[in-house]
Amino acid sequence: MKRQSRFIVSVLAFGYAFLYVPLALVVVYSFNDSRIATVWGGFSTRWYGELLRNEQILDAAFLSLRIALTSATIATIFGTMAGIALARFRRFKGRTLFSGMITSPMVMPEVITGLSLLLLFVSLQQLTGWPAQRGFGTITIAHTTFAMAYVAIIVQSRLMSMDESLEEAAMDLGGHPLRVMFDITLPLIAPAMIAGWLLAFTLSLDDLVIASFVSGPGSNTLPMYIFSKVKLGVSPDINALATLIILFVSSGVLLSWLVARRRT
Amino acid sequence: MWKKVLIAAPYLWLLLFFLAPFAIVLKISLAEPVFGQPPYSQAMSLDNFAFLFSDKLYAVTYLRSVFMAACATLLCLALGFPMAYGIARSSRATRSLLLMLIILPFWISFLLRVYAWMGLMNNYGTINSLLLWAGIIDQPIQLMYTDFAVFVGLVYSYLPFMILPLYASLERMDLDLVEAAQDLGASRSRAFWDVTWPLARPGVIAGCLLVFIPAIGEYVIPYLLGGPESLLIGRVLFDEFFVNRDWPLASAVAIVLLLLLVVPIVLLQRYQARDQESTA
Repeated sequence: MKRQSRFIVSVLAFGYAFLYVPLALVVVYSFNDSRIATVWGGFSTRWYGELLRNEQILDAAFLSLRIALTSATIATIFGTMAGIALARFRRFKGRTLFSGMITSPMVMPEVITGLSLLLLFVSLQQLTGWPAQRGFGTITIAHTTFAMAYVAIIVQSRLMSMDESLEEAAMDLGGHPLRVMFDITLPLIAPAMIAGWLLAFTLSLDDLVIASFVSGPGSNTLPMYIFSKVKLGVSPDINALATLIILFVSSGVLLSWLVARRRT
Repeated sequence: MWKKVLIAAPYLWLLLFFLAPFAIVLKISLAEPVFGQPPYSQAMSLDNFAFLFSDKLYAVTYLRSVFMAACATLLCLALGFPMAYGIARSSRATRSLLLMLIILPFWISFLLRVYAWMGLMNNYGTINSLLLWAGIIDQPIQLMYTDFAVFVGLVYSYLPFMILPLYASLERMDLDLVEAAQDLGASRSRAFWDVTWPLARPGVIAGCLLVFIPAIGEYVIPYLLGGPESLLIGRVLFDEFFVNRDWPLASAVAIVLLLLLVVPIVLLQRYQARDQESTA
């Protein structure tokens, strides 16, 4: 292994500092006693206490979690089906449109996705009376739609890198296609499905713009609540909330990285 | 039978919740705004599009959005390329750690990552405090609510999208090729531009598209970090819809934005399809 040039090492150092210093500062300031969030007023955990007493935040967080759990699960089911279809069936009617619809939601600007889904819900309501009100259901549908694309891509690339011969052998031995699917294909792609579910869950928790379009009065998700607060500037209880999220996510990612490294 | 179900279920879902909505946006973009619920008429005309093209504000905003997104893409490339190169060239153990650290921010709320910069860049924020303390400036400089802040936010949020595809193509590259070129007398820059760059090009294209496409329609970053005069098209669409409640015009703005993005989105899909085939 050749030594890296000094230029590369310094760009790497700068790049990682750029990515992580802002997050580290949020963590530090969350323990700041001062109400003016960027002036240091001594160590304190008071903002964590205020956070836990803030019912609006807790309600919003609970709604977001419910949406994320539901939409990630539906997205994993449909996304897996789509991934298998794309990887295993080379030719079927409308395949090009299908694969286009799978990849487009991932890059579509959120304002367009949000606007178009809201207009769909409004038109459906006029025609059929459903959805009577917008909130949990409509946000869940919206999140499922863009998240299933990610699941499909992950499952598809896992299947593409895998040998088809196992499935073929099971079929040759007389296994019913459904049986082969549940006994062979699904166990093999389970890691991809789990990864897809986690990604879908995170994307749902993360989304602000699409949820703002398709939610109705009275249903605020956590990002919507955070946005309405930080619009007005830096706020100490949001620092505390951000710290909790940063610490939770980082320890999760770090842990799974360590586990994966030990295995290889 | 089961094969049909496997295809039909996700297919129908996407037709209903992804494709059909665009048809509705198109239809409403041809309507007129009226008072009432829903606030648009059944009329059909191209008035909204005529208005978009006649009012300078919109043309300027589209151009500004494309320009800002293009600059942010180039900045991401300038920072991301040497980083991806460094990661691909490091030892196996460090490489996996460095990659994990690139992916980790993905899992942390996008909104909170943008928010983190508000504390850094405001007039009494960390950067100004440090510069004041060091005596480099004697009064706070305006960082927040400027285009500079928007660029920082865009590069910060989208950098991982640039690094990952770059890394993927640099990692696949055969290092011996560069050494061979240098052994044969090519200068380092010649070897870079004639060997490394062409081999990295698929990653460069994918990374640039993955940054450029979402950056054009970005709403949160310009809203939180940009000034009131730095209008970008994502925010214009949002305001047209929520503040002015002009649904037809908002739809027309969305359709034009979509038309702008058709070429880059198709390019990205073709690239990804080719990439899937080459790895399979």
